[in-house]
Order: sequence, then structure tokens, then C-alpha cells
Amino acid sequence: MNSDANPISTLVWTFALMSLFAVGGANSAVPEMHRVAVDVHHWMTDRQFADIFAISQLSPGPNVLIVTLIGYSVAGVAGALTATVAMCGPTAILAYYVSRLLARSSHSPWPAIIQAALVPLSIGLMGASGLILALTSDRSWGAGLMTVAAAALAFGTRLNPLWMLVAGGALGFAGVI
Amino acid sequence: MPSDSPPAAVPAPEIPVPIPPNQPGLLELFVAFAKMSLAGFGGVLVWARRGIVDQHRWMTAEEFNETFALCHFLPGPNIVNLSVVFGSRFRGIAGGIAAFAGLVGPPMVIATVLAAVYARYGEIDALRRILAGVSCAAVGLLLAVVFKMMTPLIKKRDAVGLLIMVAVFIAIGLLRLPLQAVLLVAIPLSLAITYAMRRRVNG
Repeated sequence: MNSDANPISTLVWTFALMSLFAVGGANSAVPEMHRVAVDVHHWMTDRQFADIFAISQLSPGPNVLIVTLIGYSVAGVAGALTATVAMCGPTAILAYYVSRLLARSSHSPWPAIIQAALVPLSIGLMGASGLILALTSDRSWGAGLMTVAAAALAFGTRLNPLWMLVAGGALGFAGVI
Repeated sequence: MPSDSPPAAVPAPEIPVPIPPNQPGLLELFVAFAKMSLAGFGGVLVWARRGIVDQHRWMTAEEFNETFALCHFLPGPNIVNLSVVFGSRFRGIAGGIAAFAGLVGPPMVIATVLAAVYARYGEIDALRRILAGVSCAAVGLLLAVVFKMMTPLIKKRDAVGLLIMVAVFIAIGLLRLPLQAVLLVAIPLSLAITYAMRRRVNG
């Protein structure tokens, strides 16, 4: 935490803007969150950011929870609430109006074109999220191996992802990672 | 409100509708989205499809895909957009808010409690080791999603798409450029290329 004049308004401004640029969902914006929270505002250390990502994945619910946790660590419960609403509000309002607009003219080719154009962007962004988080989390061979194993299992099987998180926690507790 | 009772406020339609959609009430929207959300570790989408299409039959699979496609091309958390669009389709703005509150509210409480525990006990060695292990696995799960999304691009041999993907990855992941700046260049570029390619394909 640093000594910003009003951390709440910084949270609102930061995440409301990020919301409109989070192409492909909250996970695409993880590099930007990392840049803002660790490098720009010094709200937390690299390691705390990795921990917060882990906690957000451990909690059930949408990926946007990482924003809740950043808000919480900056300004407590009030910060958690404002950050979450700021991250969801602008895009939810946009979604509401666009869906009403499209309900009237459902034969427009544009939704398909926009989607096709944005998919590569969001994959690139999520790949960058993966890289940044791997650099902060995987500090040993065991850790790297765990990441690769979880990726392979989640890619190749229909196993509930919760089991991989639990396995990671157990191996971490045992001191393997 | 039981899901299979006919909506009282709406007059019964005289012509039978092709798909008899159940009309969820506000409380029902809240509860349904809270359930999907709490079941969804590492992504709510699967559970949202199961709840909306299979369980409650509020939408056909096709309607769900269309709605999700819309929410995917819009920025922001997809599943949050989906909850708002879905809720408001049935019950207006209040419905959108009810579904959103169900989706985000209960998990937010859980995550905040976990964060409070972390803030207090985060330096304890055992907890540190557990969290380190969990985050390694969580990164793996994220990478798996990336590979799954990449597969169709590779199968289609979409060279342009893959090139844009790699360019964004380098700009954000390696060069650590600000998101807004990168997207203000990448979005118009990608749109223009996609549009031009479609026109060429369609003649």
C-alpha cells in the first residue's frame, strides 16, 4: 500500500477503464493488473500478486474475483466492493445496450467479424497473463513441473480443475514445490 | 417461485410458442446464478450452460451460444456480461442486477474472507507453501485454457490470427507495454484485416 490521496477513487478509475479494455475477460487483463498494482502504484509485491491470483482461483466464482482481492488489499472491504463494481459496471451497461440493439437487427455480420478479430487478441493477452504469473510463481523445478502437469491434465482430460489446485496445495504443503 | 408454474402477471399467449421458455423471477435468477457461480471453480461457463440450458431450460443451446458469443466479443468479464444480458432479457434491468448480484455476491464474500485470512496469516510458512503450490497449478490451468483456445486457430491454419496473437503476447507479456496503448493499435488493425479477408472470401 502506498500513500495515495484517495485509494478508492484510484481503484474506481483504474478498473472502470480496464473493464472496457479487458478483451476476452478478466484473465486477459492480468498483465495490466500486475503492471498497475505492482509496478505503477506499488500496492503489493510480486509475490503477493501471485498469492492473490492463487486465492482468486481457489475461490469459486468468476475470474473477476482477482479484482475484488486487489481492491481488498488496497482499501479493505470498501475497496473490494468498489473495485469489483468498477470492473463490472461499465462493460455490463455496454452489454445491456448492445444486446438490446442486436435483438432488433440480428442479421448484422458485424458481431461475427468483431468476434473473429478479437479472439487472437484475447488469446495473446491470456498467454501473456500465463507468462507473467509463471515467472512469479514458478521459482523452482518442482513448481515449473507442477504448472506443466496441471496444464497437461486440464488440456487433455475432463478432470475437475479443483483437484489440480488441491494437488498443488498438498504438494506445496509437503514441501515438494 | 417454482420454475414450472406459469408466470401470473403475463397473459397466456394464444399461439403456442415454439420453445416454451420458463420465465425466471428475480429471486430465482439470483439463486440460479449464485449456484452456478459457487459450483464454478476455474470458470463458471460450463456451469452456466448446464444451469441455463439443461437444468432450467430457460434457453435453447443455440440461444445460449448466441448470447455467449455476444458477451465474448464485448470487453470485460464475459460471464458477468452474460448474467446481465440474460437477467435483463427476462426481467429488465432489475433482472440483470439480480443475476449479477447472484453471480458475484456470494463468491465475493468467500474470496474476501480468504483474503482476510491471508492478510493475517499470510506469512505463516505452511500457508505460504500451500499457496505457492496452488498458484503453480492455477497458472497451469490458465495455460491449458490458452492452448484450448489456440487449437482452432492452428487447425484452421489462420496465419494472420496467430501472428496477431503472437504480437500481442510479445507486446504485453515480454515488453510489458500498457494494455490500452497495445489494444488501441491492435483492435483496429485486427478488425481491418478480418474484414478485408472476409470480403475476399465472400467475393
